[in-house]
Amino acid sequence: MNNTDLKLLKEIAGINGKINGAYNIRRNGKGIERHVTDNINIVTKKDKPGIDIHVKENTQNETVYIPVIITNGGIDDTVYNDFYIGKNAKVTIIAGCGIHNSTNQNSRHEGIHTFYLEEGSQTKYVEKHYGTGEGTGDKVLNPITKIYSKKGSNMEIETVQIKGVDSSIRETKAVLEEQTTLSVSEKIMTHGKQYAKTIFDVELNGTNARTHVVSRAVAVEDSVQEFESRVEGNNLGYGHVECDAIIKDNGRVTAIPAIIANNVEANLIHEATIGKIAGEQLLKLMTLGLNEKKAEEQIISGFLK
Amino acid sequence: MLKIKNLNFERDNKKILNNINLDIEDNKFIVITGPNGSGKSTLAKIIMGIEKQDSGEILFENKEITNLSINERAESGISFAFQQPVKFKGITVYDMLKLATFKNISKDEACNILSKVGLCALEYIDREINSSLSGGELKRIEIATVISRGTRLSIFDEPEAGIDLWSFNTLIEEFKKLRKEIKGTIIIISHQERILEIADEVILLKDGKIDKIGKKEDIVRCIFENNCTLKVGDKNE
Repeated sequence: MNNTDLKLLKEIAGINGKINGAYNIRRNGKGIERHVTDNINIVTKKDKPGIDIHVKENTQNETVYIPVIITNGGIDDTVYNDFYIGKNAKVTIIAGCGIHNSTNQNSRHEGIHTFYLEEGSQTKYVEKHYGTGEGTGDKVLNPITKIYSKKGSNMEIETVQIKGVDSSIRETKAVLEEQTTLSVSEKIMTHGKQYAKTIFDVELNGTNARTHVVSRAVAVEDSVQEFESRVEGNNLGYGHVECDAIIKDNGRVTAIPAIIANNVEANLIHEATIGKIAGEQLLKLMTLGLNEKKAEEQIISGFLK
Repeated sequence: MLKIKNLNFERDNKKILNNINLDIEDNKFIVITGPNGSGKSTLAKIIMGIEKQDSGEILFENKEITNLSINERAESGISFAFQQPVKFKGITVYDMLKLATFKNISKDEACNILSKVGLCALEYIDREINSSLSGGELKRIEIATVISRGTRLSIFDEPEAGIDLWSFNTLIEEFKKLRKEIKGTIIIISHQERILEIADEVILLKDGKIDKIGKKEDIVRCIFENNCTLKVGDKNE
């Protein structure tokens, strides 16, 4: 791997030197390195591009890294990764995609990740998207995450897209069974003429299924973001979606909430706030000695922390 | 240490501040009081630069600060605690204290600052400064950001506003302690008799003018017992 590869891996997956745990690194549409452990197996799919990740039941506190890096222009890569998380396993999955495009051709990655969560399992899924490179070719990322959770399982998703991605459509679909929880934290910052869209679609099917989605977005310059969420309560359960956005310059954000209660015991909340940085926040930080620009930077970095 | 000369501020054809002249000495605990709409908070905000006067001059430690920005005044040694503490998303109490001190202080140092406003620090240090904190907690954190700066002039705009009685009682105790800890001058905008009682000097504003300046006993008697022997603008003239 060259310096660009290593820099991308560090940025998207925090990989710096030796990796502790199972991993599969994909570069420019091909798997280049893989390591499996006693509890975590990674198998190449035979019918389409991608891998199956099998986490044995009762696995405790292990981590799997599955970063994707694209360093050539003109790459159009679609990958199907399926995760089978065994009963009562507790695992962290570090995904993410980094594109370095110094050409004038577009680079595109579409990661379709499907999670099959067995009873009592706990999964933390961290996904970071990052683009770099001085070429005029667009860096396009369109991740799709599908989640099927069985009784008592829970999943926590953290997604971050702060820099350099020209266009992204991020779609998360989940079907939650009895006593399951899905928490999602999403942070997106767009600038220039970038476009980012997020779609959440969650079905609360089992009793006491819960979901909590927090999306924080900052759209500056001429960038555009859209946030669409749909939470359907089909049983006794709880759904809370919170979308907060800061806009600056000509930035535009659209939030389209849908909460659908098909059961009298479904308790669903959607909150959405869009606006510029509050003047009083700037004033407060300026009274501490920060100039307006630094105050603004602090407010945005705190918001996206 | 703070001189205000011929200060005027008018909005919607109403004189909010009408030719204010003040000379505030070093190491004093000053309370500015007066009825609602008398111009107290406006005066405090003009000193900090949050509002801009129509005319007049402000000198701080013999330097003119009339045209300095908020952050330049902050750098020159003025701090300001907001009447309504500002809430943030994602900024924790620890982050705010690091910003206030302009140093990468340790959590222990941040805890020490918080303990000065009566907060059990470990419970608060990593909490975001948002609506999950009560009015009293936000107020004390706001005051902590001012104390942590240790500036020559600290201004508190109605520290009692929006807090419950229990928090208010502890706040009074904290201000008594602050008198000893803060080196420099403290200006508090307040309606509360109990805050007036701990002042070295009280300034009474009415209709945008300085009505009276005097020792706390005299002003308290004047306001609360309607027994006024002070002349208008006594000390100021």
